[in-house]
Amino acid sequence: MRRLAGSHERKWAAAILLALALLALLPLAAPRDDLLNFVFLILLSITLAQSWNVVAGYAGQVNLGHAAFFGLGALVARTLWIGGTPIAGAMAAGALIATLFALLIGVAAFRLRGAYFAIGTLALGEILRTTVNNVLSEISTLPTTTIGAYRLTHRYYLALALAAVSVLAVAALAGSRLGLGMRAIREDEEAAEATGVGALRLKLTALALSTGLAGLAGGLFAFYHISYYPSHPFSPHWTFDALLMTFIGGVGTLHGPVLGAVLYVVLKEYVALRWVDFHLLIFGALFIAIVLLLPGGLVQAAQRVRRLVAR
Amino acid sequence: MSVLAQQLVLGLLIGGLYGLAAAGLSLVFGVMKVLDVAHGELIMLGGYMAFFVVALVGLDPFVSLLVVIPLSLLLGLALYWGLFGFVVRADEETRVKNSLLIGFGLALALHALAVLLWTADERSIITPYGGTVLSVGDLSIPVVRLVSLGVAFALIGGLHLLLARWRWGKAIRATAEDWQAALLTGIDVRRAYLLAFAIGTGLAGAAGTLVTVGYSVSPSIGLEWTLKALIVVVLAGLGSMIGTFVGGLLLGVAEAASAAAFGGPYREVVGLVIFVIVLVVRPRGLFGR
Repeated sequence: MRRLAGSHERKWAAAILLALALLALLPLAAPRDDLLNFVFLILLSITLAQSWNVVAGYAGQVNLGHAAFFGLGALVARTLWIGGTPIAGAMAAGALIATLFALLIGVAAFRLRGAYFAIGTLALGEILRTTVNNVLSEISTLPTTTIGAYRLTHRYYLALALAAVSVLAVAALAGSRLGLGMRAIREDEEAAEATGVGALRLKLTALALSTGLAGLAGGLFAFYHISYYPSHPFSPHWTFDALLMTFIGGVGTLHGPVLGAVLYVVLKEYVALRWVDFHLLIFGALFIAIVLLLPGGLVQAAQRVRRLVAR
Repeated sequence: MSVLAQQLVLGLLIGGLYGLAAAGLSLVFGVMKVLDVAHGELIMLGGYMAFFVVALVGLDPFVSLLVVIPLSLLLGLALYWGLFGFVVRADEETRVKNSLLIGFGLALALHALAVLLWTADERSIITPYGGTVLSVGDLSIPVVRLVSLGVAFALIGGLHLLLARWRWGKAIRATAEDWQAALLTGIDVRRAYLLAFAIGTGLAGAAGTLVTVGYSVSPSIGLEWTLKALIVVVLAGLGSMIGTFVGGLLLGVAEAASAAAFGGPYREVVGLVIFVIVLVVRPRGLFGR
């Protein structure tokens, strides 16, 4: 039984927010593009992992179609933003569309349980990706005037704000009745229903929050990249990344996805630099080793170490 | 009219391969309750095995199945002992999660390995009779794909008999039904898992061979085949290999029909709609128990 929300989680939230606040000084202290791009990637990953953690970690529904909502957010935000809407409005619209689509799909998909839900959502996400790829096969590039006005620091601060929002959202969820109900569903859906928890309503709420955050992250992606194929943010590897980071860190905890995102991005970049030709092979093997050796993620490994030391 | 009929026939022919690809996955998922998302990469490896057996030894591609299937069975044994055997020790919730993680890691590693060893180029097996086409009325049916459909059906039929008659086949089915009850009646559940995984990998190898003969193989085909197989598994439901095969045929025909009706770019949307309807109306699948 995991500890319910309390001082433990609040401490972690404070520590993470402090770290994010310190990162706000980075563009002033070290205005190097490579460094800012690297930290940007970590921040985007934290938002994405945390968004997946809401539905999978707290409500226990392994959503393998998560990239669809990241992609929808990116698609809508990019289209509106290039059309002249301010980026904040465009991103909000993207998140809204992603959430609405999720609720529409969710009513059907939540008829499935466990692994069937995972398979169903994976298939739905992939069908959406293929369709976007077929219909919008042209690369999306920013107009030259927008490229001229491109400032990396704007993207960096937006990523920082989104990461903070996602951590705050999950911290608020973890300590609320809503979060408690979601965890009850995760542990035993029948028992939760029997004690008066409306399972479908709560699962839809979790999905809405999760996909809303993913849609915002997609908008950030669209704001950050100068050119990409519209189907790229729909690619299942965004789902896999979110899943891997969350599980490496510790699913269903506030700090797990954050630690997982940091470790995952650092590890992936390091391996890619060190072994250029073999990096995916080594990364895949390394990853399997981590899963086999640390089945509960970093969070559980840390608890075990602490218990050993306490003895 | 004849254009539509032609497309439906081609859809039926590829549908047989969807069914075969899904059968292995359905067996592994149904028995072990693990989701092997690297199944498509196993199909891809089977395709390369067939390619090299044909290229180096000079066997007929359909005869090469006699080499590829045993090799794939061995690969399945190795993967079970090395990786998935650890996964099935956990309870069912954790199993799905851990198998997803290991599957993604494995898929990544196998894809990268294939690119390193064999480059990212597409390859296909060329046979002397590869261009032969059977004409039935207005329809023209590529002989290689027709034979592939027959082979796929024969393999599924064989598997069905194996599960129905063979001692260990019954043990596998009992384990799929209720592993705790199976354990109580003295069935070696771990052995049933091992056999199911090896047979599933063998089927993936066979599917890979037929894909490479009728179509082509490249390191990146894995995910696409995993997804097709997963869709068929959900559409058809668990419990019947024949049902899974029919589910594959249905998907192939449905894709072809919607491509004909709505044009290429939107054909997957029709697939989505069918998929959602089946989920809502019959969540356990068309033929699921």
